[in-house]
Amino acid sequence: MLYALKIATRYLTASKAQTALLVFGVAIGVFIFIFMSALIGGLAEFIMMRTAGDMAHITIQAEAVDPALLQPNTGRTVLLVQEPTTQTTAILKDTAAFLPLIEALPGVTGTSQQINGSGFLTRGVQVTQVSINGLEPGHESVIVNLASYITEGTANLGAGGVLVGKTLAEDMDLSLGQTVRLQSAQAIDAALTITGIYEIGSGGPDRRQAYVSLATARTLFALPQGVTRIEIKLADLYTADALAPRIMALTGLDAKSWTEQAAQLLEALQAQAQTGFILKAFALLTIIIGVASALLLSTYRRRPEIGIMRAMGAGRWFVMVVFVSQGALIGLMGGLFGAAAGYGVLLAFPSRVSFGPGQSGLPIDIRQGAYGLAIWLTTLGAILASILPARAAARLDPVTAIGQ
Amino acid sequence: MTALLEVRDLVKTFGMGEAATRVLHGLTLTMEAGELAALLGPSGSGKSTLLTILGTLMHPTSGSHTMLGLDLTTASDSALTEFRNLHIGFVFQFHNLLPDFTALENVCFPTAVREGRETTAARTRGQELLVRMGLADRVHFPTANLSGGQKQRVAVARALMNRPELVLADEPTGNLDRASASQVMDLIAEINHDEGTTFLISTHDEKIAALCRRQIVVGDGIVTG
Repeated sequence: MLYALKIATRYLTASKAQTALLVFGVAIGVFIFIFMSALIGGLAEFIMMRTAGDMAHITIQAEAVDPALLQPNTGRTVLLVQEPTTQTTAILKDTAAFLPLIEALPGVTGTSQQINGSGFLTRGVQVTQVSINGLEPGHESVIVNLASYITEGTANLGAGGVLVGKTLAEDMDLSLGQTVRLQSAQAIDAALTITGIYEIGSGGPDRRQAYVSLATARTLFALPQGVTRIEIKLADLYTADALAPRIMALTGLDAKSWTEQAAQLLEALQAQAQTGFILKAFALLTIIIGVASALLLSTYRRRPEIGIMRAMGAGRWFVMVVFVSQGALIGLMGGLFGAAAGYGVLLAFPSRVSFGPGQSGLPIDIRQGAYGLAIWLTTLGAILASILPARAAARLDPVTAIGQ
Repeated sequence: MTALLEVRDLVKTFGMGEAATRVLHGLTLTMEAGELAALLGPSGSGKSTLLTILGTLMHPTSGSHTMLGLDLTTASDSALTEFRNLHIGFVFQFHNLLPDFTALENVCFPTAVREGRETTAARTRGQELLVRMGLADRVHFPTANLSGGQKQRVAVARALMNRPELVLADEPTGNLDRASASQVMDLIAEINHDEGTTFLISTHDEKIAALCRRQIVVGDGIVTG
């Protein structure tokens, strides 16, 4: 093996220009592979950060209880009368009992207790229907990173404060410090001061959302205790499917993973990943074809030498190892140079900070260059590519080859 | 002297059907160990084909081929490769050295290919052979930088590297000037005398043939004299 490797190395160094060209070609293929990995991976992460990143990864919603069916006795009529009630939404009680259990689970980075409902925002004669989100003060940015989207004021929700979207503010000509009236669907209203204006960049939240403190929401929706929803953020959003059943088992509550509501997003990401896979496969195929054709030429050029080696007692296996080693060395060198070039070029692109809101630039993630995989696959591909020419070399008739 | 090799009723046909060409027509030959023999005959008489079969690079169509008491007629490719490496040396008309290697690396090749690496012992033996061939100052020269005569002497050294019982030389001086040819033949005769290595030299040159103790004449695919 060592001697075959020596001969392979000598053959490569004997034709420096040809070898350099071949290694350069392989390196280009590896560079494309790495660049595509970083781009596709970065794009996927970018999309996730800008979509699912601002979503609750697991949501616990109180389940509405079906009214009990009153079975009338035979021959009698039952008259049902619904008593007036201020509570129209199912609530989660005793959150203090199970929230610590959820927060203690590995991978859970934060929880947000919320009271949600619909209502109307009024300023003078202008009235707009809004979705009201009551959040715990200090937990405003646990799910949606409100602090990063604030364009005016602050994300901190104090008593009597409300945060509105930029589009809503423009539509109603609202500005920081103004007082507006917020009325819930239960016809309870409150006068609130605009303490912050945010711009998420999404039509719905920017136009029809109003954030208030949990205390204000309790007043508006007449909920002296409990919450309507608990949202959970995870360190790795892809663990949500596994963690949601654990939370259900732990609390007995209906915990839903974000993937149940974002199937289309997942499909799009999978399609994108498949596109990247195909592009990378083509890059690899180009490498294999390039190495195979170059080694076929090399085999043809060295036919007399192969004949001499065979005459001197070199077996078919030895000849095969010489040519396969050449392929492996070309693949390895091309892989290393391509990976180094890929890393160097990717360094010039903005870091992952550009994935954040309000930043621009190609969402390329240098960490997702798959450098080791690229080198490994290229070397393997080059070895596979060299098998055909190596077999052809090993099968050469030494008498014919020497005579050429 | 004892019989080193024997071929009996050797037939070799190339091609099939109407295109078939029979080159050897039942050739029989015996060689004893330590012989220095010239193989003579006109072009197309079957000399090269006989050397190729004796060198285990080709199977005969029929007949038998034994060397060192082993029947090589139907031996496998791997068995013949190993046998060739250990017991047979080749010297070709056009030296046929590996062009990207030095003189010493070429000489060491038959041993290195068997042992999987160039051992110190092999390098020492290779150097000794090159010194004996008068190439002490060319040991580490790339073969491309050597003259024709020097290349052929390297080829002789390579053929002797594994101390083979038989060296087959196909027109070893055919491409050399008179002085170089004489130098190569002197070396061959010296090694044959000192080490008892058997040489079979195919040649058209009667002066070269005259230096050999035995002349084997081939005509129309059989030994005629």
